[in-house]
Amino acid sequence: MATIPQKVIHEYLRHDKKFPHVWCSGCSNGIVLGAIIRAIAEMQLNRDDIIMVSGIGCSSRMPVYVDFNTLHTLHGRAIAYATGVKMYKPHMKVIVITGDGDCTAIGGNHLIHAARRNIDMTVILINNNIYGMTGGQASPTTPHEAIATTAPYGNIEPDFNICELSMGAGATFVARTTAFHTQETQNYVKEAINHPGFSIIEVISSCPVIYGRLNKKGAPADMLKAMRDNSIPLTAYQKLPPEQTAGKLVRGILRQDIKPEFTAEYAKLCERAIGGKDE
Amino acid sequence: MAVKKTKTTKPTEENKETPTSTNRPLRLIQGNEAVAIGAMDAGVDFFAGYPITPSTEIAEILSYELPKRGGVFIQMEDEIASISAITGAALAGAKSLTATSGPGFSLMQEGIGYAKITETPCVVVNVQRVGPATGMPTSPAQGDIMQSRWGSHGDSPAIVLYPDSVKESYELTIRAVNLAEKYRTCVILLLDEVIGHMREAVALPDVSNIRIINRIKPTVPKHWYKHYDENRKYLSPVANFGEGYRFNVTGLTHDALGFPTNKKNEAHDMMERLRKKITFNIRDLVQIESREMEDAKIAIFAAGITARAAKSAVAAARKEGIPVGLLRPLTIWPFPDDAVRKMLRNVDTVIVPELNQGQLIHEIRRLTKDKDDSDLIPIQRADGALITPSDILRVIREVH
Repeated sequence: MATIPQKVIHEYLRHDKKFPHVWCSGCSNGIVLGAIIRAIAEMQLNRDDIIMVSGIGCSSRMPVYVDFNTLHTLHGRAIAYATGVKMYKPHMKVIVITGDGDCTAIGGNHLIHAARRNIDMTVILINNNIYGMTGGQASPTTPHEAIATTAPYGNIEPDFNICELSMGAGATFVARTTAFHTQETQNYVKEAINHPGFSIIEVISSCPVIYGRLNKKGAPADMLKAMRDNSIPLTAYQKLPPEQTAGKLVRGILRQDIKPEFTAEYAKLCERAIGGKDE
Repeated sequence: MAVKKTKTTKPTEENKETPTSTNRPLRLIQGNEAVAIGAMDAGVDFFAGYPITPSTEIAEILSYELPKRGGVFIQMEDEIASISAITGAALAGAKSLTATSGPGFSLMQEGIGYAKITETPCVVVNVQRVGPATGMPTSPAQGDIMQSRWGSHGDSPAIVLYPDSVKESYELTIRAVNLAEKYRTCVILLLDEVIGHMREAVALPDVSNIRIINRIKPTVPKHWYKHYDENRKYLSPVANFGEGYRFNVTGLTHDALGFPTNKKNEAHDMMERLRKKITFNIRDLVQIESREMEDAKIAIFAAGITARAAKSAVAAARKEGIPVGLLRPLTIWPFPDDAVRKMLRNVDTVIVPELNQGQLIHEIRRLTKDKDDSDLIPIQRADGALITPSDILRVIREVH
């Protein structure tokens, strides 16, 4: 594994533009951003070919800080905008940064349809189990019985399993990791970008200032340690008996299939249409 | 301060995108088909849409034609995704267009605002049907005149074009694409359901003779590039994603570089830029048709299919010796204030027929100096039926 010096990471940030960032102390978003930049630096991708697209929310502020083509769109619509970019310039590497509310509530429709099409893009969904930017409302991934500002008596709704949802919709690369496992996140980002098709990585993150405080999860470091203690790699999960894996979150690449990719299929369609022009 | 003085231009051979002479054969086509052909002739190479009556033919035709030209057609999961995809593609360099009707147009409003604040060229065709809600999907209405101007939240000036024939649907589609490129904004083309589905014989111009406008490319070194540069008339060069400029685009209020800002002076500059690029260019944007207005004492102000009925009514009334004329906006937004003021000065009575419960008439009323607007005669219906020439002729005779 190549080591990416801090100096290199700084080359990818827009220092002169819009720092300091909006994220609270103890937020996991910066850790995930670091992992993404290290992955891209390691892959030595041409920055002009990378477009980072996001919706609205804390994690969706990420593109503003990085020196790529960056597109900060409307709440929930990142994948739909990204679809437009990818279809018009299929050679571009499209990375979507989104959150649990942005991608599975208001943007859920776009997520499942992009997964169904198997359009080549990488969705990095940073799941902090809450709407952070608006101050702590319940999201589709807020756990059952957890407290949110709009669930003051405890959340009565079941939560989404984002990876199962994506696999059900047809995503061909699905992985889950946590902000604690930074090297793993970096590796998955690389694999996802290289994957020819729709890839999604759910990165479990922490929002200590709002979610953590409402639910008494302790300091930022405690929340990161909880990610370590409450998750289990897929390989171990498959070997262990059910009583030892109950309540644990599975980390790993849960699916990696090669299926026809949408922009490639569209290119073939165009060839057919052009070929049949004179018939 | 708002610039109140406006000037209007008639569509002449010079400022019309499409010349009259042609080698292409005369064809019997639908309004929707004319829009699809116009889009392709204007260089549209990206369409994303969602099926909706009465606009669906536009998507169907482009799904067949665009792949043959190497363009992109994609059917999205809803209209919100459609406006998002055409905006994303436009930022990557596409000339993009979508087509919809009332319910889909309502869903697109947030995305239209996004295209406007980010100054992204794209075209939304709205083949209007009776609303509200699902309404009467196969019947005509002109109920989206105000929505096309004010539908998206916040202040954002609009460019909205309104044809009254199949031929003009073709011409104004090309003009819409050109204006979107020139003004870096979302241009709206309003069609009436009957114009979308009506068939007329049209001699389309030779493609090589059509005036095409492309967005201006930046010439500055990449590190000097500002996505929202200030210059004369606010029509600044624009780079596309993937060309090495690595700019940021956001729907947040932004500075000249495209980064979010909360500074009041930068917010002011952005809002003024959006407003001025329309108000400083009224002459270029506004087109009207004036018919038999020179000696008219009664004027009809109407757009789209209602103006077609008014033309017949004017011809019939003139035969009876009634001095009546027609003023028809091809551009309904920005509103042709000057032409309407001139009309109000010269005539005694204005009849405003429209297929809604009163939308265009508010703009005429805004421009009347007298508090008493009894000389403003509405003819309105929103039940899915058309206003006929005889409906208008009856009112002309009554007021004469």
